[in-house]
Amino acid sequence: MSDAPFIEIDRVTFGYDSRRTILNDISLTFARGKVTAVLGSSGCGKTTLLRLIGGVHAANSGRVVFDGELVDARDKAQLFRLRRRLGMLFQFGALFTDLSVFDNVAFPLREMTDLPEVLIRDIVLMKLNAVGLRGAAGLRISEVSGGMARRIALARAIALDPELIMYDEPFAGLDLVSMGVAAKLIRTLTDVTGATALLISHDVPQCMAISDWVVLMANGGRLVAQGTPAELMASEDAEVRQFVRGEPDGPIKFHYPAPPVAQDFGLERSA
Amino acid sequence: MNGLQRLGRLSLDLLASWGHGAIFFLELLRAVPAALSRFGLVVTQIRAIGNRSLVIILASGLAVGFVLALQLYNTLTNFGAAESLGLVVNLSLVRELGPVVTALLFAGRAGTSLTAEIGLMKAGEQIAAMELMAIDTRARVLAPRFIAGVIAMPLLAAMFSAVGILGAYVVAVGLIGIDAGNFWSIQQSGVDVWRDVGNGVIKSMVFGVICTAVALYQGYETEATPEGVAYATTRTVVTASLGVLAMDFLLTALMFSTP
Amino acid sequence: MNKKSTEVMVGLFVVLGAMALLFLALKAANLASFTGGGNTYTVQARFDNIGGLKARAPVRSAGVNVGRITSITLDRVTFQGVVTMDLNADVAFPKDSSAKILTAGLLGDQYIGLEPGGSEQNLGAGDVITQTQSAIVLENLIGQFLFSRAADGGSGEAE
Repeated sequence: MSDAPFIEIDRVTFGYDSRRTILNDISLTFARGKVTAVLGSSGCGKTTLLRLIGGVHAANSGRVVFDGELVDARDKAQLFRLRRRLGMLFQFGALFTDLSVFDNVAFPLREMTDLPEVLIRDIVLMKLNAVGLRGAAGLRISEVSGGMARRIALARAIALDPELIMYDEPFAGLDLVSMGVAAKLIRTLTDVTGATALLISHDVPQCMAISDWVVLMANGGRLVAQGTPAELMASEDAEVRQFVRGEPDGPIKFHYPAPPVAQDFGLERSA
Repeated sequence: MNGLQRLGRLSLDLLASWGHGAIFFLELLRAVPAALSRFGLVVTQIRAIGNRSLVIILASGLAVGFVLALQLYNTLTNFGAAESLGLVVNLSLVRELGPVVTALLFAGRAGTSLTAEIGLMKAGEQIAAMELMAIDTRARVLAPRFIAGVIAMPLLAAMFSAVGILGAYVVAVGLIGIDAGNFWSIQQSGVDVWRDVGNGVIKSMVFGVICTAVALYQGYETEATPEGVAYATTRTVVTASLGVLAMDFLLTALMFSTP
Repeated sequence: MNKKSTEVMVGLFVVLGAMALLFLALKAANLASFTGGGNTYTVQARFDNIGGLKARAPVRSAGVNVGRITSITLDRVTFQGVVTMDLNADVAFPKDSSAKILTAGLLGDQYIGLEPGGSEQNLGAGDVITQTQSAIVLENLIGQFLFSRAADGGSGEAE
């Protein structure tokens, strides 16, 4: 197993339009077979990072390298090849509402392979079993809860046994039990299959518990810190401390920029 | 100067949006062969678009047939031409009202549901999910619906016209008392299969292209919010209807002007 | 399975649509009378004035459809209207049959009426009908009427 990083972000700058740059000359690597968490407040560019890796957008400048191969968002054939090797878990599942649970998980198998239905059935049930939902295979999407939907989406994401699994806010909006289940699944998947996991989240405790490496980003696509969970929890840097401890005020200010209090409430004394 | 600048920007934006729409349409066409090879997808869509529009089309066709018969009878008797009631109703339906009214109803019923469906799929990241699974969403999601619309529309228009004529028959022969034999024979000698029925079919296919393409485009480009989707469905109806009416004028001039 | 029911419903939809189209084409249009299109022979006729005759208008004899007009052109030399028509192969007309331009009903479309003559030879493909009667042009009719009225009035008042 080579030591070269599986994913490399090299000095990437990106903005959806010319007015706002979301990622600014950022460089990161993601090690093979490890769970890496990308933390940061909303809008700091975490989801954009996932999209760049998936080739949905092309970086304005810099390189995105996937297993040694430069990702070109315009090369459809290459994207086709690369995307077969990755699975993405969207924030709210992004399940296909017109299909049943079984058909959702079978979707990538039916579309991307020529496997016979008998084999597909077995694979689908195995994947659902891995996430604990084998009994729910016959349900319609409208009948499943949020936590179940997330798990079904995970089963779908791993249907083709991808080498890279990207999780977009997997813990958002879940109760504690479902969160524990999700965390266990993420860790187990990487441990058992050796897949590289990329985790985007705000949830510090869960991420720290299951990640091998943590990256902290700030607004403007800036890299604040990275290291093992233990290192970040013990960090002396003000920004890192505020984020991992959830302090309401610090480098990220509590107050939105405003004129002085005296001015707004008419308390200024006339000279 | 500011007003002029704004006018300039508006026109550029308009041109850009037309260009955007044209590119979308061309890519849609390019995805058609791939969708045709998976005809099962098209069949599913025909059911969603065609079967579910049947009731409103048939009901409207019947109503229009009744009304046409009643109204035209009043005018035709003035010229002693009441016997040709069947012929006039037939031609009005087959050449014009069938394709056009069906297209307008289609835009309202099937068009809006297409727009909403695609818009919500986009909002729920289903489209993004498919793209990341390396699936060409144009061929898998959009093109089957497009083909289904183009197939369903002429069939719906034919049913509209047929039901309309039958409705007119009921009113003309049953209510008014026109001779049944004449009702049919004057139509048979006066309506040309290729010129009238055939052109009507061509018209409705063109309208099918317009309505379905507009509906898919609006759904695909909408903002992922409830207001965005609502606004998009309105735009579908308005744009498709205007497009149909404009195209109708063009086609009628081409097909039915005296040589 | 759901797939089967979808296919059945769509099949039903397509069948209904096809039936509607057939109904329109056969019952409500002239496709049925088209089927004589198999065997025909072509003849021509020349008229001084074809009036409102159009291509694809029917050719009738004794009111029964026996053929269809295929084209109408102007002869640049004689300035007559040349009407080309296809007649059903199973109906033979004598060589001296006459062709008249008649109107269906009072305000209807015009068609060609063939009246058989007495010749023992029949019209063959490519023959020209020599006896023709042009369409009645309303203006000429009115002009004739006024002229004859004026003539009557003039002779009546001649003193």
